[in-house]
Amino acid sequence: MPLLTVHKMSHDFGGLRAVRNYDLEIEFGQIRGLIGPNGAGKTTIFNLLTGIYTPTEGEILLDGRKINGFPTHRIASMGISRTFQNLLLWRHMTVLEHVKMARYSRIRYGLIGAFFGTPKRHKEEAEIEGKAYQLLEMMGIRHLSDQVVLNLPYGAQRRVEMARALAAEPRILLLDEPTAGMNPEELVQIMEIIRRVHGELGLAILLIEHRLKVVMELCRRIQTMNFGEVIAEGTPDEIQNDPKVIDAYLGKESVI
Amino acid sequence: MSVKATIPRNRWAAFSLVPLLGWLCGALIAAILERLAGTPLALALGLPKIPALFGIDIMLKKPLLVPNAMLYSLLIYALPVAVVAGASASLTNRLAARLFGFPIGITVAIHLALFYAILHLWAGVSDYRTIVLKLTLIAVMLTLSLNVINGYMGEFSCSHPGFMALGAYCASVFTVGLFVDDRFFGAVFIPPVLGPFLFPIALILGGFLASFGALFVAIPSFRTRGDYLAIISLAFLFIVKSLIENLEFVRGPRGLSGQPDWADLPTVFLWAVLCVWSINNFVRSTIGKALNAVRDNEMAAGAMTVDTRRTKIVAFLFAAFWAGIAGGLFAHVLRYVNPSTFGIQNLAEVLAMVYFGGLNSVYGSIVGAVSISLLGEALRPLEIFKWIIIPLLLILVMIFRPMGLIAFKDLDVRTLLRPKRDPGGEM
Repeated sequence: MPLLTVHKMSHDFGGLRAVRNYDLEIEFGQIRGLIGPNGAGKTTIFNLLTGIYTPTEGEILLDGRKINGFPTHRIASMGISRTFQNLLLWRHMTVLEHVKMARYSRIRYGLIGAFFGTPKRHKEEAEIEGKAYQLLEMMGIRHLSDQVVLNLPYGAQRRVEMARALAAEPRILLLDEPTAGMNPEELVQIMEIIRRVHGELGLAILLIEHRLKVVMELCRRIQTMNFGEVIAEGTPDEIQNDPKVIDAYLGKESVI
Repeated sequence: MSVKATIPRNRWAAFSLVPLLGWLCGALIAAILERLAGTPLALALGLPKIPALFGIDIMLKKPLLVPNAMLYSLLIYALPVAVVAGASASLTNRLAARLFGFPIGITVAIHLALFYAILHLWAGVSDYRTIVLKLTLIAVMLTLSLNVINGYMGEFSCSHPGFMALGAYCASVFTVGLFVDDRFFGAVFIPPVLGPFLFPIALILGGFLASFGALFVAIPSFRTRGDYLAIISLAFLFIVKSLIENLEFVRGPRGLSGQPDWADLPTVFLWAVLCVWSINNFVRSTIGKALNAVRDNEMAAGAMTVDTRRTKIVAFLFAAFWAGIAGGLFAHVLRYVNPSTFGIQNLAEVLAMVYFGGLNSVYGSIVGAVSISLLGEALRPLEIFKWIIIPLLLILVMIFRPMGLIAFKDLDVRTLLRPKRDPGGEM
């Protein structure tokens, strides 16, 4: 059984069908790419998978269990974690607090611990902190742990988001344009990080990306979307030479 | 070489090396001094009696006495505190370091005991001071609990006086009904000797009633973000007020009186400490930090497994609980409550304290509550002009520090109590 199955998922915004009959099967440890021009519905798919929107039609199965309609936090604690295209960080919180926060659903000390500062709480908080530091180490931003995120450079903010997403211990990681706005040097680093995360944690990764170089290098299979529909699916080579993909990106060849 | 380098260059820098313990010792000496020499000194300086609030009231009433009152404050408060704190710095640093070795609970208890002793001595001078101090401590509780909602959670709640009223009335009905021979509630039910021991139960019941009331605000308004909470909570405030006004069972608008005198200074102090402690605990835990996450970006909070709705409701109920406790204490400090106390005026005061002191901040709430309540009392001789000066101050704060005086600062007991200098070092 695949880890995540999406079957004929559609979503309407009023009269606009933003996603039409989307299908996906993803296994443990796969990296899948999702490409397409702006407005093709890629981010909407992420929002549907993470429960921010509920699909109008179709179903999403995690481990064979239907999860559409579940609240966001529940889906997240079931193992689907994500980053955001436009960096949704918490502006007044430090890097360490960001990473600790993603373990919210695993906290066992409860409200009593929160109000009265029981020994159990201190123990658990220390454990969470230890794990958070490990992740920060992995992302290479441990030295920034006390900084408020607002003061960090863009690349570091991206890493914070990635560390935060990983702290929730996902089985599937959804990365929404992880290299947006990065210079070539940062690009190489973030690709290295994605590879390491994939290698060390064995996650399934679904990647939205605009830079074909990144997708082609990281993914075995790629879906291409346009106007809410998947227009092509296949290996990087197949995708690169597919006329429909070329059309979507470059427009139709026209002879005047 | 290094010894020379660490000697502070100017006189004021020396004070930065005084630990909290040193300041407390200085204040204790000042308080004792006032008890011993306050009255003779005040009379010698031509003041009618010991100035109640640092002489400000006297200065405003009789401007001719300004130098005398200032001299009194200098001789009794400023000078002893500065001299003792400065002179004993090395001793108190060593003591603080020694205390720091104990479990943190004991260290905190010792500091609190010292602090209480100072307050007790200072307030013992007159009944007026005692009541001002009690009301200030209650204001701290209210401000801090409102800050949980308006600061940490970033919503805007207007129902705090309503929660306070629920707590006040619940606790009053409990104590007046059970322990007092009252025309309304009948004869004494439980011997009043047991009263002070059962008083916490009355307060906690009041707190729970306030939380229960808060549920009616929280359930509809936390479905979405936005201005809903402000509107619904304001409506709640008016509902509570007119409900009490129309309940003959608690004597409606005439108010409820005859509460036993159980809210003495130690009781109020202890509850205030408990309140600060538990709220500070809460906002520093990851569960409490979830409030900040929800405030700064709710979508991201949800995607990071935070149950946003539960987080908001829990925090709201928790804040209402402490407002209820504060209300219960308030009723027993004044020994009279009436529904008109818990109106817009009260709301404006609490909001002013929160925004003046600083959002998202435990220190800020304490500073805001203490400064606005003391200012309100001290400027009393100005009568109507008081309501020009205090809002003016608020406007100035909003212009120069939009988030309040001390925003975004939680209380960390360890940094607060630690010695300011390593006693084993070269100094």
